Amino acid sequence: MSIKAWTFFFVGLSFSLYLFIAWRSRVRDTLGFYVAGRDVPAFANGMATAADWMSAASFISMAGIISFMGYAGGVYLMGWTGGYVLLALLLAPYLRKFGHFTVPDFVGDRYESNVARLVAVLCAIFVSFTYVAGQMRGVGIVFSRFLEVDITVGVMIGMAIVFVYATLGGMKGITWTQVAQYWVLITAFLIPAIAISIKLTGHALPQVGMGSSLLGESLPLLDKLDQIHADLGFASYTQAFVGRWDKINVFCTALALMLGTAGLPHVIVRFYTVKTVDAARWSGFWALFFIALLYLTAPATAAFARYYMIDSLHEKRADELPSWFENWSQTGLVMWLDDGDGRLQYHGGDQSERNELFHSGKLSSAEVAELRAQHATWLSTDGQGGVDGRKQLRELGLSGPDRDIIVLATPEMAGLASWIIALMAAGGLAAALSTASGLLLVISSSVAHDVYYRVLRPDATEAQRLRVGRTVIGLAVVVAGLFGIFPPAYVSQVVAFAFGLAAASFFPVLTLGIFSKRVSKFPAVAGMITGIGFTGTYILGSVYGGMSNWCFGIGPQGIGTVGMLLNFAVTLGLTPFFPAPSAKIQRMVDAIREPEGVGPAVDIEAAIDH
Amino acid sequence: MPSRIESLDESLTRDPRARACIARYWRRNVALMARLLVVWAVAGLGCGVLFADALNAFRLGGFPLGFWFAQQGSIVIFVVLILVYAVKMGKLDREHHAELEALAKDLRGEAPEPQ
Repeated sequence: MSIKAWTFFFVGLSFSLYLFIAWRSRVRDTLGFYVAGRDVPAFANGMATAADWMSAASFISMAGIISFMGYAGGVYLMGWTGGYVLLALLLAPYLRKFGHFTVPDFVGDRYESNVARLVAVLCAIFVSFTYVAGQMRGVGIVFSRFLEVDITVGVMIGMAIVFVYATLGGMKGITWTQVAQYWVLITAFLIPAIAISIKLTGHALPQVGMGSSLLGESLPLLDKLDQIHADLGFASYTQAFVGRWDKINVFCTALALMLGTAGLPHVIVRFYTVKTVDAARWSGFWALFFIALLYLTAPATAAFARYYMIDSLHEKRADELPSWFENWSQTGLVMWLDDGDGRLQYHGGDQSERNELFHSGKLSSAEVAELRAQHATWLSTDGQGGVDGRKQLRELGLSGPDRDIIVLATPEMAGLASWIIALMAAGGLAAALSTASGLLLVISSSVAHDVYYRVLRPDATEAQRLRVGRTVIGLAVVVAGLFGIFPPAYVSQVVAFAFGLAAASFFPVLTLGIFSKRVSKFPAVAGMITGIGFTGTYILGSVYGGMSNWCFGIGPQGIGTVGMLLNFAVTLGLTPFFPAPSAKIQRMVDAIREPEGVGPAVDIEAAIDH
Repeated sequence: MPSRIESLDESLTRDPRARACIARYWRRNVALMARLLVVWAVAGLGCGVLFADALNAFRLGGFPLGFWFAQQGSIVIFVVLILVYAVKMGKLDREHHAELEALAKDLRGEAPEPQ
């Protein structure tokens, strides 16, 4: 069977499984639709959270990013896992005890304010839409790379699948498909990682292999990598704080990602789906455990692939290049523009003028063909005619291979059978679809539950609410799909910033709501607005307005940390000047701190079905 | 696990001993949390970032130590921290529950239901 046939087989098989699960878990009430009937076991919820969390970017791009960043890539590893500690210790058990369906529910009820509720709704929708657009695009890209269908067709197939299981089963359908999707994506990720580890170091555990030496050598892999990097002009792989990533930026970015993770609504709502407070804590553990399986492997894959790529390409003649290089050259993820000596040179940093390895980025195939033709003329006329394509590509910032090649080409680098490569396609789709569906549910519940039911029509019947929930999620799928087909230019830049905004808005308001009985409506809303206002302005100013990073040289990715501090400062600074929350709210806070349900405010439990 | 909400008498919350018990539970929870968060900060932001360059002078097998903390060690420690929290809080919950249960029994003994 060819790779393409295998890909159709695996994708078809996994999609049938998702549809089967959707049919088995269709729901009839809002409790099932929004929180999966609140009876998901902690183990399964952990797995669903992991799939929900790990997006197309985690699966396809993260190892590649680390591969090109070295030490600083740890920012994403620490940031996207460290947040779960905050989530499990500071938020999950209490929000589960609170009950209800959404994050804005808690903000609105705790601060007795529909303004706070609506600000929270806007944040939730903004964060979710920027995120989901990237996922839909990811679905389209996987389809186009592996099955050579048009991106638009790919996005539409993905939309159809999500539409079916999200509208039929709501959170229940999403949860159980995410459990299946976790297995698909983790299998697809681990097999090539283990294979390449065995091939290079002889160790089956990539995490051990990463710290050992290459077969037939005495030097540890990472030292070898540092040596190669130094020879070719790249920054050191293991040394900390080189270039743009100085200490304050690594620190602030890691912290902003952690706090943002703890404030992302699609992750928080997963903790509403379990039975008890205890199960919410265990879900936190299982979620991070299942996430760590991928996150501990990704840096190993990154180091192996980095070494293997340089080793098999640098100084090689065309007839010595491996077959995966040929295959991926056709997609433009790698391209070679020779300087005339017939050997491929891969350089970076201060030696980047000698580099001959590029990727095509957003250039169209016609532009690439033209550039190659000009370059050929330039070579054959000894620089008299034509244009040096290397210089052009360097100036466009397209030096080196596309980072996605690291994960996509690993199976071929490791010499695995073609069906494993096909499995990668199913894995990438599972990662993208599982995250997309979780986000779509947040959008649906924000509009249908928080705005329609809690603010506009509190007298709506159960059937009406379920109908509105289904309609909104259906519409959201379509909008997300349109974003995927016509990606707004800002999406790729904004996704990382969604974390900054979540850190500066949700994290302080949620933790203070639980750990302080004194903080009330006005200081909380003022803090939230300050946090988002500062972070949003700084990001927009720095990315589009050409503003310098005036705040201690912190880049836009890390500024959420400062926004979060401002939010806390404003909220706590204003608190003494405003009255404490009402006795009812104080009782509610007592109740969410008390796992036994004997807190003074038993009435909050009765409010679950309101 | 059956819901515990119905298992305890609501009047319990008016009893000063029960209130003290609930307050003690919260203090122990916060203390445990604070200890674990210190480890979280030292392992992740400390060893992984702030001291990473200094720690890189040491080695763990083939890894420079700071690099290992940033890409492996911190994640393992994060997983263990949540595990410790879940286990310890489970135990604390059970003790707390038993304590309240005993108080509830005691209260019922003091004020028996009219026949």
